[in-house]
Amino acid sequence: MAAAALIGGWPSPFVLRARVALNLKGVEYEFLQEKYGEKSELLLRSNPVYKKVPVLLHHDKPVCESMIIVEYVDAAWAKSGQAILPADPYERALHRFWAVYIDDKVRMPPSISDLLVPSMFGIAKAQTEEAKAESVEQAWAALKLLEEAFEKLSKGKAFFGGGTIGYVDIALGAYLGWAKVIEQMAGLKLFDEEKTPLLAVWAERFCAHEAVKEVMPETEKLMEFAKMRLGK
Amino acid sequence: MAEGENKGLVLLDFWVSPFGQRCRIALAEKGVEYEYREENLRDKSPLLLKSNPVHKKIPVLIHDGKPVCESLIIVQYIDEAWPDRAPLLPADSYARAQARFWADLVDKKMYESGTKLWKLKGEAQEEAKKEFIEILKLLEGELGDKKYFGGDTFGLVDIALVPFTAWFYSYEACANLSAEKEAPKLVPWVKRCRERESVSKSLPDPLKVYEFVCFLKKVYGIE
Repeated sequence: MAAAALIGGWPSPFVLRARVALNLKGVEYEFLQEKYGEKSELLLRSNPVYKKVPVLLHHDKPVCESMIIVEYVDAAWAKSGQAILPADPYERALHRFWAVYIDDKVRMPPSISDLLVPSMFGIAKAQTEEAKAESVEQAWAALKLLEEAFEKLSKGKAFFGGGTIGYVDIALGAYLGWAKVIEQMAGLKLFDEEKTPLLAVWAERFCAHEAVKEVMPETEKLMEFAKMRLGK
Repeated sequence: MAEGENKGLVLLDFWVSPFGQRCRIALAEKGVEYEYREENLRDKSPLLLKSNPVHKKIPVLIHDGKPVCESLIIVQYIDEAWPDRAPLLPADSYARAQARFWADLVDKKMYESGTKLWKLKGEAQEEAKKEFIEILKLLEGELGDKKYFGGDTFGLVDIALVPFTAWFYSYEACANLSAEKEAPKLVPWVKRCRERESVSKSLPDPLKVYEFVCFLKKVYGIE
């Protein structure tokens, strides 16, 4: 096995976070794709607590939880590429705050043990039109806050991290593939140019980035996967 | 604005909050002076609302006028802002990742699971007890024979977890769950932590916590 290996599944936004971080640092790693519906021995052994992907194996030592992996990659390959987290303690606290907020709002359903469709603000799970409408309103409210955060953190530059992709970019950007699926399925715009103009532009920019475009799953593939999971 | 208003450290907190206690412990470990401000959670101060507009929750650490929110983020901030003393995270990046993982686990599991112990009754409470015991055993396993979760040095995971030990008395009284019996290997660790002044000065009296739980139960209409 290579010095670095990542256990994961292609549809998972959490796995995507780890891949983007590794790509940003130019790390050569082996991608160990989990078979859908089946957890490998290696996964169960490497993440006995949660039994979930992603798991980064660095010299065979496992690191679990996507944003912890991102922070680890930033530190372990500090000499390569650009810093993912800023150096200043206060800025770091801000970035960590927004990453936690993002995961809190873009909630995954509790049974995420296999690669289920993220509920994306509860929209995919909404049973009634009213519930869906409410979820959408909440989504836009959360994105508005993130738009303001973007303004503050980016300081006029392209990403939350400034000139380069940073911690918050990775946290939020990982959901963009699924955001497009939800947009198509629900017939609405989440990253709306009118409601959140900065984020709408940022989203395109993130997806087009060198470190992202090869590993961001294609919308059509995700749609197929979602349909299969939702049994539609 | 009074002179010096935007200087120094202020901690907006609530006495019984395990999350606030984490911050107090971290500040005490670093030997840093700060102003403690007790919030009335039923009548939140303008400063709290301004400092944490997103969640409007304590704890908030305000450093020279700049607010930091979320207890584990605050603890890491305290560690990074005063790097010259009492490191709360290990130097090695892999060890740091492990510390964050376990602190995050405590965050994900302890509060919710613990709350269910006094909020629920009957079958639901039994389920909650099973869940809580599993978490305790997991933590017990991770501690092993080490002095602290991080090894020889008191750190992030210890800080994340130790405030919940003040609730053990309440869990026993409300749910008949003795954390000491279910996870005996944690007992010496609890004692060791409480011997640290930062911890003994920051943690509330378990009996007062129980009084508070009883008060909450009345408020929620729980028997």
